[in-house]
Amino acid sequence: MPTATEDRDRIVITGIGLTAPNGNSLGEYREALLAGRSGVQDYEIRYVGQTHAGLCDFEETRHQKKKDRRRGTRAGSVGIYCAHEALADSGLAFDSLDPNRIGIYVGVTEHGNVETENEIYELAGYDYDVKFWSHHHNPRTVANNPAGEISLNMGVTGPHYTIGAACAAGNAGLIQGSQMLRLGECDLAICGGVSESVHTFGIFASFRSQGALACHTDATKASRPFDTGRNGIVVAEGGCLYTLERLDDAKRRGAKIYGELVGYAMNSDAKDFVLPDDTRQAECVQAALRKANLNADEVDIVSTHATGTASGDEQECKALRKVFGGSPRTFINNTKSFIGHAMGAAGALELAGNLPTFEDGICHATINVDELDPNCHLEGLVLNEPREIGRPTYILNNSFGMLGINSVVIIKRV
Amino acid sequence: MQTAEIREVILEILEEIAPDEELGDLKDDVSFREQLELDSMDFLDIVMSLRKRYRVQIPEDDYIELASMNSTVAYLEPRMRDLEKV
Repeated sequence: MPTATEDRDRIVITGIGLTAPNGNSLGEYREALLAGRSGVQDYEIRYVGQTHAGLCDFEETRHQKKKDRRRGTRAGSVGIYCAHEALADSGLAFDSLDPNRIGIYVGVTEHGNVETENEIYELAGYDYDVKFWSHHHNPRTVANNPAGEISLNMGVTGPHYTIGAACAAGNAGLIQGSQMLRLGECDLAICGGVSESVHTFGIFASFRSQGALACHTDATKASRPFDTGRNGIVVAEGGCLYTLERLDDAKRRGAKIYGELVGYAMNSDAKDFVLPDDTRQAECVQAALRKANLNADEVDIVSTHATGTASGDEQECKALRKVFGGSPRTFINNTKSFIGHAMGAAGALELAGNLPTFEDGICHATINVDELDPNCHLEGLVLNEPREIGRPTYILNNSFGMLGINSVVIIKRV
Repeated sequence: MQTAEIREVILEILEEIAPDEELGDLKDDVSFREQLELDSMDFLDIVMSLRKRYRVQIPEDDYIELASMNSTVAYLEPRMRDLEKV
């Protein structure tokens, strides 16, 4: 017979810090999602030319010196902003914490492309003579950079590292943080995901070569998952970091609790470099449900991963039909339609935008669906306008990535 | 370049690599480290900037000459006197 999980093994979200293309705090972001306001704009990047992107305008120097910004990376700067904002939101004062007992776990899709491209671009001006290659290259491009910059900036002396998990990384960061708290490796986890990908031309060029880069006469309509007119991905930057704590600690200090991480799963397609696999996606969702001890029809909101590619959206909808086909009260939405694909930050940001529903009972929509692709038809899809659904109990968040990596988290209202 | 111009170049580089610092009160005869928050990576930035802007090569053994404004300008003067300020 299953026993009730002890409070020390229950992991809760107590703070959220984020920057998205349409908001630099949870409040701004949520307001934009409910108002149907896109954060996608026209964008030009070297070699690729005109395209679209989701760009953030958070205040870089709010928590970081100009010198450190110059020395570091955009991903590091995004991470520093989000970590400080999350900690402030949690109500915890850094001085009251043991810095050895804080862990930083940051999901990234990729890191180092931006810095390497910039350096090579500079070097071309010096006839590729590598004595002009910057000594900052290595600390900027080591894979732990975004997490390490947070540690340096805040003075966190516990573990820090990134989790490379393609576009499943935001959820993976949360999962890692939760596991480390359960293992007793830290007392506070700062975790989630960040992305600086809009600053690498390579990601745009590669998606374009793959026929998967979105293009539209109106940038705000370029990201359109589930619509028949969708033609690819809008790359975005952003970040979202959470403070996670054990429930007993959170209760003891009377913390505000956004929700409890009651289920999660990660698995692999083991099938293709880029094409998703609905069977493994469905298995991943089912594994998370099992861990949460839930039936599919108990889930109130499914936040989809759908990126606006022809096959990706279809495969995810197939997976969701398999799991939620008999769940008439499960509502389904998508955040990339507003902000584009924030890569390593996507999963964490997309979950965050849905968490206020626990309080206000409004499920934000997926926008830009002028003509729903019949292959993407799902009973509970919330199209174009937010919907009053009452206060939900469970929100499930999908995030999938290249090389067939799948991640799912389930958050319960506490 | 005259010494005054070389000093200007160094100030421009310092403004770039230490943008949070107030450089107006910089004392030329006191070491940079005593007045500014500079570490070894910053000194490498000074070396790299001079290399990129003026193709001036500073061997590692000579980095010690970059301790203060006065010592830096004195060290660079023979190496930069024939160069135009850019």
